[in-house]
Amino acid sequence: MSGRLRIVLQVAAVSVVALLLALLGWQVFHKDKEPDLGGAAPNFTLPHLGSDQELDLASLRGKAVVLNFWASWCGPCKDEAPLLESAWKRYKDQGVVVLGVDAQDFDVDAQRFVERAGITYPVVRDKHGSTLGHYGVTGFPETWFIDARGKLVGEHVSGPLTEEDLERNIKIALGEPA
Amino acid sequence: MTRQLLAALVVALAVVAPAAASEEHPTLPELERELICPTCHESLAASTSPVAERMRVFIRARIAAGDTKSEIKSKLVDQFGESVLAAPPKSGFNLLAWILPLAGIVLAAGVIGALAYRWSRGRKADDEALGPSANGRFSLDPELERRLDEELARYDA
Repeated sequence: MSGRLRIVLQVAAVSVVALLLALLGWQVFHKDKEPDLGGAAPNFTLPHLGSDQELDLASLRGKAVVLNFWASWCGPCKDEAPLLESAWKRYKDQGVVVLGVDAQDFDVDAQRFVERAGITYPVVRDKHGSTLGHYGVTGFPETWFIDARGKLVGEHVSGPLTEEDLERNIKIALGEPA
Repeated sequence: MTRQLLAALVVALAVVAPAAASEEHPTLPELERELICPTCHESLAASTSPVAERMRVFIRARIAAGDTKSEIKSKLVDQFGESVLAAPPKSGFNLLAWILPLAGIVLAAGVIGALAYRWSRGRKADDEALGPSANGRFSLDPELERRLDEELARYDA
């Protein structure tokens, strides 16, 4: 084997090992982390549940958004759905949008859930769970609050909401004293 | 020749027939091993999460409806994305995940083979360079032979 060929092979071998190590490091350290409160809400475009029509989160700029992640098989999600529906009816005329994001679910189950819970607020379907990582969602339900400028405000509620959680954080998102 | 062809045909059938049967008439345990729970990221066979239970119900219903394994997997991918598959599909970019390990094994075998060949040829060349002595045996390195003679002479003395 000539000297030059040997050097080329050695460089190639070292490059492959370095690439594999870089991939391993990226996989270990590149974890989706929760976004910072006060920072911009990660944007997404997802189809409405049961429809091909898409909703772009950025299109809701100028409104306060209650962003609720849920799935039909999640027990606490059933419990908090009436609270969210009630808040939607109470605050929608004041510039508040309750937006449900259904993920890790079957379409048919999600639609049945919406019908049974009498949900009338918009629900989008995240089939591949692409938003979960961006919002640091590790379970259901989880809720974020977004103000009119598109910033994450108030508290990130992991687990079922209480009425007090909703009232307090909606007021913060509206820029009113809590 | 005919006998050999027949044997090859039997072996081919023995390999292909169970795979075809599994594709046409899949079972729940088979699919459980080939799918991942989307919430806990464990094998569906090991997962007890609510969504895993729901997936099992779905799979049983699809098997009863006569769906093939590919159809059931495709419907689950449509609902949960490709991450629900335990092994990446053998198409597109994912094909690399199947090809690269095999290519790596073949490359490593080639390199090891080449090194072994070079090593064995090098040893043979060394042996030939020393050459056989008068009694037909290979002689030692002259310096080593001299030292050995000295040691033996000292021992005899």
